[in-house]
Parts: sequence; structure tokens; C-alpha cells
Amino acid sequence: MELKLVIEIKNKINSVDKLKEKAHEVEENYKDCIEISLCSGTGCKAYLPQELYRLMLEELDKNKEKINKKIVVHKTGCLGYCEKGPIIIIYPKELCYLQVKSEDIPEIVEKTIKDEVVERLFYKDDNGALIPKVSDIPFYKYQNRIILINSRMDPRNIDDYIRLGGYQALVKALTAMTPDKVLDEVKKANLRGRGGGGFPAGDKWETTKNAAGEPKYVLVNASEGNPGAFPNRLTIEGNPHSVLEGLILAAYAIGSNQGYIYIKQEYSLAIENINIAIEQAREYGFLGKNILNSGFNFEVKVHKGAGAYVSGESSALNTAIEGKAGEPRLKYIHTAVSGLWGKPTNLNNVETYANVPQIINNGADWFMSIGTKGSAGTKIFSLVGKVKNTGLVEVPMGITLRDIIYKIGGGIKDDKKFKAVQTGGPSGGVIPEHLLDLPVDFDELTKAGSMMGSGGMVVMDEDDCMVNLAYYFIKFLSEESCGKCVPCREGLRQLIYVYERIMEGKGKIEDLKLLEDLALVLEGASLCALGSTAQNIVLTTLKYFRQEYEAHIYYHSCPALVCKPLINYEINKEKCTGCMLCVKSCPVNAISGEVKKPHIIDQNTCIKCDACVEACPEKFSAIEKKTGLLGVKL
Amino acid sequence: MNNENNNDTSKKKINLLIDNITVEVDDSSTVLGAANIAGIHIPTLCFHEKVKPYGACRLCLVEIEKRGRSRIVASCAYPVEDNLKVYTESPKVEAIRKNLVELYLALFPFHSEIKALAKKYNLRKTRFKKENNYCILCGLCVRYCAEVKGYNAIGFVGRGINKKVTFIPDSAYFKYCENCMECVDICPTGVFPSNYGMERFPQISD
Repeated sequence: MELKLVIEIKNKINSVDKLKEKAHEVEENYKDCIEISLCSGTGCKAYLPQELYRLMLEELDKNKEKINKKIVVHKTGCLGYCEKGPIIIIYPKELCYLQVKSEDIPEIVEKTIKDEVVERLFYKDDNGALIPKVSDIPFYKYQNRIILINSRMDPRNIDDYIRLGGYQALVKALTAMTPDKVLDEVKKANLRGRGGGGFPAGDKWETTKNAAGEPKYVLVNASEGNPGAFPNRLTIEGNPHSVLEGLILAAYAIGSNQGYIYIKQEYSLAIENINIAIEQAREYGFLGKNILNSGFNFEVKVHKGAGAYVSGESSALNTAIEGKAGEPRLKYIHTAVSGLWGKPTNLNNVETYANVPQIINNGADWFMSIGTKGSAGTKIFSLVGKVKNTGLVEVPMGITLRDIIYKIGGGIKDDKKFKAVQTGGPSGGVIPEHLLDLPVDFDELTKAGSMMGSGGMVVMDEDDCMVNLAYYFIKFLSEESCGKCVPCREGLRQLIYVYERIMEGKGKIEDLKLLEDLALVLEGASLCALGSTAQNIVLTTLKYFRQEYEAHIYYHSCPALVCKPLINYEINKEKCTGCMLCVKSCPVNAISGEVKKPHIIDQNTCIKCDACVEACPEKFSAIEKKTGLLGVKL
Repeated sequence: MNNENNNDTSKKKINLLIDNITVEVDDSSTVLGAANIAGIHIPTLCFHEKVKPYGACRLCLVEIEKRGRSRIVASCAYPVEDNLKVYTESPKVEAIRKNLVELYLALFPFHSEIKALAKKYNLRKTRFKKENNYCILCGLCVRYCAEVKGYNAIGFVGRGINKKVTFIPDSAYFKYCENCMECVDICPTGVFPSNYGMERFPQISD
């Protein structure tokens, strides 16, 4: 017991000098050494990064005698370029190897020891030129990473974070700044809530700070549930300490002694990493009683959410932490004044907190210099969908959607035609091609009928049906709504009926008016933002892709060939060589025919599963999808 | 003045404007309460003076104007403020409520309030698909049981379009329900609980 106490005191960092000493000590450890960063984020987990890690250590052990430099392997969080994962980055040369497989490991280790490179694993640009350096790869080149700085860091090692300047902001604030000064700095930086709404975080903090009632609480909202969005998850996984440091700073500014991190139960790796981070921070004296001898006490708990999407709503999140079903409350009194257990509660998104240490370290002016006038700083997006380079990107505000999709994302997969980009998850809307030069900015996206959201960005091409897309999100919301208020519950239920009608070709032109009326009720009458923003997807698809709705209604045609009741499969007699492959592939035996004679699909039996299209060799491409009354593709 | 405030000095009077009528109420009042005092009718379904405001039926929506900005709020829960302007039948409120009533016509057309509103908006039929479930999930039974009786014998299960009211297992029933059954009277639809096949409860028609 005594020994433990001695170790604890020894580890505690309680002054600026001690932190500097620690950072220096870690830096000395890594001096002149080769660092191999192996992406071990959730996205790469299917490629078994732990296996790669084990192999790498084995190889290093085998080649022990030949090594003349110290080599360290970091198991990092997500490095961003998920499309080409798993990724290995070798410092100090910043060499980047893509799509590394276990058989590549011996070669990588061997060449690294000899100070050589493995050319075949480098990024190749469109002209076939090799790009060895990570910062030269287009995917990374146009990004501005101030939060996703986890590429040389083991998320489970606090020392790695300290080495990169971690906890300097906390030490600076607690030793040299008053809580008001911290608050002022965040206010001055105009840090807006990264959860989607874009409410100024400083104002929220101030309201909580000035609200009557003790104790005050600070909460982290990591209840991310949008289809296609994962920035919060990967931020916590890759750099949990940055979120924790931001939370402690917020607590200090507000005068709170208790924090909660609400995180979805499904995010197992994130939960593990944040728990480890909390333990380590406590050991170093950044959490607990009398932090850094400043007299400030702070404790934090991780609350595992049961996975309801609506629990990401601020008042629902409060009720969920209280142990009840996550249901929004009437919040004419803000949660900042009366939140968790009726006490003043500040709630911010993961990314908002992760920005705070940077602002305190570098100053509000530095932060304001990034991004646009109304939206300072950067934003993390999960770029997914029909784009060549999927992954996690951090871009300065004000960058155009076109730059994100074409420069960073590398354009549309298979060089198909771009149709729309969906931002903000189910609460956001779609943005069509003619608005692609829109800058990424809270206000601009709202003006276009969408919203920033927590950072999902789904790119769609000509093969995506906008009616089907809207249906998908409405269906998602109808299941994820809490079901408390009538406009949201019944409105979404009726929207599903209307969409199902249209997608079956049974829609009438009056249905479009019905959709608009339902959108009006949802927007105007819903209790919380889940219902009131559900109209975005309906109205933006109607506004920008009305002709697609009309095609479904007037011509019983789905131009993108998605809505099953409106399409049929036919075999082109001239192209079919009678190879029998499609006959064998059909699960319901709807295709008949003999060898070397054109086959025929029985339309009544066909379940439109697409298996025959996949089976038909590409050189023949004899199976054609048709839609519409006249079989005409509009 | 002093005599009046003898008991509670914190009680302040608030002046607000509802449909251009000045109303003076206690500062603890809601907009709905103030409207009642002024004799202005605001339709409600899920409101009951014995339980806390819930804000689920959304029929009590009003438009408020504060510092030149207007928004739509549920009057059953919105606290009164000095100089607040409230419009109970503004064009925006009426447009939203008309569509909302149409949703109710598909859900539960038999309530007197819904009938009256349908007549007011000249809605003879609904464009929406009719639901067979008459429960509007206003939660009055659940809230009454929990807040007034303290029994918690009824609760919600599920979420979204699958949300339902259900009885918490039999222990609660044998313990409390037999002698209470007050939830039957509080249900605004009048069909509770025959809709759930709960034979142990008397039917409204009995």
C-alpha cells in the first residue's frame, strides 16, 4: 500500500516544469529511433492489425542483430485512409505503405532495417508515379489536421500524447489562467458546437457557469448513430486524451467537479481506450482531487449508452444518464440551466472538446485564422459512399464540397456521374451537383437545406435513387425516434406509407403535396430536433430531385434502377451466348434455356435479386435492367 | 401591496399579451394557464392539471414573439415571461395544426377536441392511411399512475413507431390496480384499455 502511494506521488505531474521534463524524457526515448505506426482503428480491424503487429514484433526479434537503430512500433488509432487500409507510416521519413498484408511484413521490416523502401506498397497517382511521403498523397495533402494528430501515438499511452504537447493546455490553464480567462479564450475563438447545431460552445459554457444550482455537470456526447458517420468514434479511439483534456478544461472554466462521457455501447474499442485514458490521467494527477495543486477537483465517469439514436439529443442524453429511457424533455428551460438531475449541465460533442486544448495552447487568434469568419477551425468528416478514397478527413472550414469529394476523395468510384452528397445524417439533406462549390460552413449548409451534422458525408452517384434514399432515412428515423410526440411518430409513420406507395409505382401526384404537408408538421410541431430536422431529407430531395419523384409517379419508372417493383430484368437475345451461368445462379429458377441458345427470364418468378447480372460475364453483359411503363430509362 | 405579499415574497406577477389581450398571472404559470385565465381556449389532449406537462400531443402549439423573433412552442409547458406576445391562432400555427389534426383523424378521430378542430378546419376526411390503434400514447395513464398514485404499474415499451403502453407484470396489478383503476377515467380516448385486450379491466361500455 505504501509503495503504491510512493509510486503515485512520483508519477504525479504538478507543475509546468514537471510536464516539460516528462515530455523531454519521452522525446529522449524516441530520439534517433525509427517509429513504425500501424493503423489499428476499427475500420482496419477486419484486416487483423493485431496479427500484423505480432508478425512485425516477431520479425524485428528475428533480425535483432542487424538492427543498429532503435525501432518502435505504435499501434495507432485510425489513420484516416480507410480505403487503402491497413496503413503503415514509418517515421521520421514519413514513408507510407498502403494495404499492407501479413506477407508484406517481413519485407517491410527487412527494408526498414536496411534504410530501404518497399516501392510496390507506395501510393500510385493517376499517372503511375510513386508517392512515398504521406503528406504528399492527395488524400492527406488537402487536409488540415489539428485534432487527428494521432499518427505517432499509441492511444493507450499517455506519454505519447504528452510528447505531442498533450496536457500542456491543462497545465497552462490551471497554473496561469483563471476559469474566466479560459472561458473568454473559447468564446473569443468562436468555437461552434461540432455535434451539428453549431451553437457557440463558449456561450453554452457561460450559461451553465452563471446558472444557479450546484453541482454543475459537464457531459461529452459520443452518442453517434448516423448511418455513415464515425468521426466521434475514431477520435476517441485514436486520441482519447485530447477529448479528456478538453473536458477537464471545460469543467475548470465552468466550475464543475463531475463529468460524464456518454458513449454508445457498440463502440467497444472507444470505451476501452477512454477508460484507459482516464486511469492514466488520474495516475498523472490530471484527474482527482486538487489537480496540479490548484485546488480544482474533477472526476469523470463513462456512461455506456444502450444505443438509441435519439439519446444523442441533449435532453434525452440527460434522461438516459439518469437511468431512464432516452426521451427528450420539454426544454424551454435549457439543459445548460436545468439538465442532469435538474442541475446546470453543459453538453458538447466529442470533437468540440477535442478542439479546446488546441485553442488554449495556441490562442483564439490562431484558431480564428483557420476556417471561415462564421465557422472557425476545422471539421472532421467521415467521407463514405461512392467515392474513390473513403476514410476520415479533417478539413478547414470553408473548403468546398467539390474539393473534399474530388481532391481528397479522388472523385466518384468507377468514374460514374456524381449525383448528390448527403451531409448531416438523417437530420441533414442532400446537396446536388450545382451546389458543389458550397463552402463547408455551418450557415451555408443550413441555407442549402442540409446541415453540418456530426460529420457524416455520404457521396452518391447515378445509381442511387433519391426517393429510395429519403425512404431509407425516414425509415431509420421512424425506428429510432423515441415515439413520444404525435407529429414525429405519426408523421414519420405516414411518410413511410407515402414513400412505399411511390416506390411501388402506386403514387399519385397529390402525394408530393402530402410529403410537403407532413414535412411542415414535422418541422413545426415536433418536440425535439430529431423530428424537426427529419423534414430536411424530404424537402431537399423534393426540391433538387423532383423529376425523380415524378418519374416514379407518372412513368412508374425508377431512373436509377433501384426500386425493385419498378424494374425488371431482361435478357438481350443478341448478346446472350447461352452459357447457362445465369441459369445456374438464379436462386428461384426463374431463368430457363438451353446451352448455346438465348435464355429467358420468367418475370412472374423473378425476385430481382441481381444474381444473374453478377453471373453474366462482363464481355457479354446480356442481362439488362429495364424500368418504366415503356421500358425507357428517363 | 405589502399585505398581499406577506406569505410569499418571491411570488411575482407577470404581464403578457395573449392574442392582444393583456393577462396578469403568477410567474410560475405556463402560457396555457394564462390563456385559461384570460378565457382563451387552446386545444389540448395530453394535458391534465394533476400531472406535469408532457408536450406530446402538440395540439397546444402557439406562436410566441420575443425580442422581435417568433417561434412555435407548446403552451402547456412554456413558462410565462414579461412582455411575451402569444398568438394562439396565427397563420403559422393554424397551418401546422390543420395538418396535425389531419394526422389525428387517421389515428383517433373520435375525441371531442379532434372533432371540433376538424370541423373548424373543414376537414371531412383524412388523406392519411388510417391506423387501427386508438391509443395516441399521450401517456396520461402512465404519468398519472407514476406521479399521482406512485404505483408505476403502467409503462411504455419500445420506441419510435413501435412504442406501446403496457402493464408492468402482474405483481403491480394484484397490488394496486384492482382497487384503483383511475387510469381508465383519465384516458382521453375513452377506449382504454379495451384496445389492449386487458380483460381484467372494465370496458368503457360496461
